[in-house]
Amino acid sequence: MRLIVVAREAGSIEGRTMTAAAQERTQDTTGRVGVKRRRYRDNVWGYVLLLPWLLGFVLLTVGPMLASLVLSFTDFDLLSAPNWVGLENYVRMLTDDDRFTKSLQVTTTYVLLGVPLELAFALLVAIVLNRGLRGLDFYRSAFYLPSLLGGSVAIAVLWRQVFGRDGLVNDVLSVFGIEGPSWISDPSYSLFTLVVLNVWQFGAPMVIFLAGLRGIPDELYEAAAVDGAGVLRRFWSITIPLLTPIIFFNLVLRLINSFQAFTPAFIISGGTGGPTDSTLFYTLYLYQEGFAYFRMGYASALAWILLLIIAAVTAVNFALSKYWVNYDR
Amino acid sequence: MTSNTAQRRRPRRILAHGALVVGTVVMSYPLLWLLASSFKEDSKIFSSTGLIPNPVDLANYAEGWTGAGKSFTTFFTNSLVIGIVAVIGNVIFCSITAYAFARLDFRFRRFWFAMMLGTIMLPHHVTLIPQYSMFDYLGWVNTFLPLLVPKVMAVDAFFVFLLVQFIRTIPHELDDAARIDGCGPVRIFRHIIFPLLTPALATTAIFTFIWTYNDFFSQLIYLNDVDLFTVPLGLRMFLDATGESAWGPMLAMSAVALIPLFIVFLVFQRRIVQGIATTGLRG
Repeated sequence: MRLIVVAREAGSIEGRTMTAAAQERTQDTTGRVGVKRRRYRDNVWGYVLLLPWLLGFVLLTVGPMLASLVLSFTDFDLLSAPNWVGLENYVRMLTDDDRFTKSLQVTTTYVLLGVPLELAFALLVAIVLNRGLRGLDFYRSAFYLPSLLGGSVAIAVLWRQVFGRDGLVNDVLSVFGIEGPSWISDPSYSLFTLVVLNVWQFGAPMVIFLAGLRGIPDELYEAAAVDGAGVLRRFWSITIPLLTPIIFFNLVLRLINSFQAFTPAFIISGGTGGPTDSTLFYTLYLYQEGFAYFRMGYASALAWILLLIIAAVTAVNFALSKYWVNYDR
Repeated sequence: MTSNTAQRRRPRRILAHGALVVGTVVMSYPLLWLLASSFKEDSKIFSSTGLIPNPVDLANYAEGWTGAGKSFTTFFTNSLVIGIVAVIGNVIFCSITAYAFARLDFRFRRFWFAMMLGTIMLPHHVTLIPQYSMFDYLGWVNTFLPLLVPKVMAVDAFFVFLLVQFIRTIPHELDDAARIDGCGPVRIFRHIIFPLLTPALATTAIFTFIWTYNDFFSQLIYLNDVDLFTVPLGLRMFLDATGESAWGPMLAMSAVALIPLFIVFLVFQRRIVQGIATTGLRG
């Protein structure tokens, strides 16, 4: 997540330490070491203070990562010692597991529908809000609030009710004489209720877009207006190009997060991913394999495939970015 | 702006406000409806879309609070304990780690920093199974330890990164002056850097609390004993136990579950919005 900031920062850190190192060297030759040195060179204190993180990194991240890679080639079930089964888990996944295929399909649909819609809403509302209207703070808060609450179980419970047969949505539809289906328990609609829940949380990317829009100087719009550019022309030729880094940032972030969505599907389907696996998110399937059936070797293999998918999607995203993201301001 | 263009713009402004008001109503209607329904009898929840409960009925809250088989007092206590300990852990240990990265120089610092940034993007599923079996081996499953011990190891790398960024904006002259006066790195951190970090620490604390309070996955995995259940687990158990039969109490407890988030939002609104705008944090 937060890739752009991270990438940019990595660059600036390089630059900074380079100059700091250069400074230190000149100071060394003039003999004024110590007082003016920017960083406190101290291997012992450095590692003492870094120790908690370093422990966590080894014990909770790198160690478990490697362990899960090894476990993915075994039939580990938590209770007995794991037996090496070679590529069996991966072979089964790719050739003989309909639920795996289904979960990929469900997750991909969710991501491909949810993320673009969410970002489109976020951008649209941000642009409307950016026109210097009164009450900006109020609207921004009102639109942002769902992002803060949306991941909770309470909202998933509410959603189950809102889209139920006698729920709020159907009540509203009945005013217009339409008899809605039972959205949650109909496999052809259930996934879309989750997409709607995701779109409902467009507030967070909207806030980021708003910050980006503030950074576009008014003079550009004024100059364009003087040259006779209309609203649409200004939108496509100024707003969008200057906002591409932020669109990209939001896109990378939301894609990575959406592949890992879990709670709403779990609550709305009662943990099953139903009806008929129509809301079987990838992580939900992983949870079932690992913690309901205790096929932990298989779950580890699923986790590594998820990592590879996310890495691949992110890499493609970065590769494509040079064709549409505009970094020179 | 001349009065002429102002006049031309007025209809557009009204149009924009109209659209935004409609948008706000649509967006917040489910929440308002949740609140309203929590005060209605079961039979009335479904018979009306209206928001005004008549009569106001508190029975749902009374029934819901204990309706899951265990009182929500337990669930709230557990959630708050976990949330507060997590906040303290992150504030202390993420800032110490950030200080080491931002101000000290030691061997392989840049390598470790790059590793730290790398963990920000890692989906946690890839460490899940071994972590679980390790905590299981230690006998920590069914305790709060698997949820809390990682917080003293600064595993939420994003906050470390946020704090590193912030420490960089603190002038080095302050450290230098303290060093001339004979302060070591620990005292510089405690007496100079840490107090100046307050705004970034507030952001860290707020989001740690929100994420921990909303977290469902790890609590679902590590806590099986009803006495240890948190608010999300309590709600889920309630849902499983009553199914479709007790929507009133269910919605009432959902509303209660959202209250801590509402309070945090109302109190820290500005800081939250700023935190997202400048760092890309998600709520």
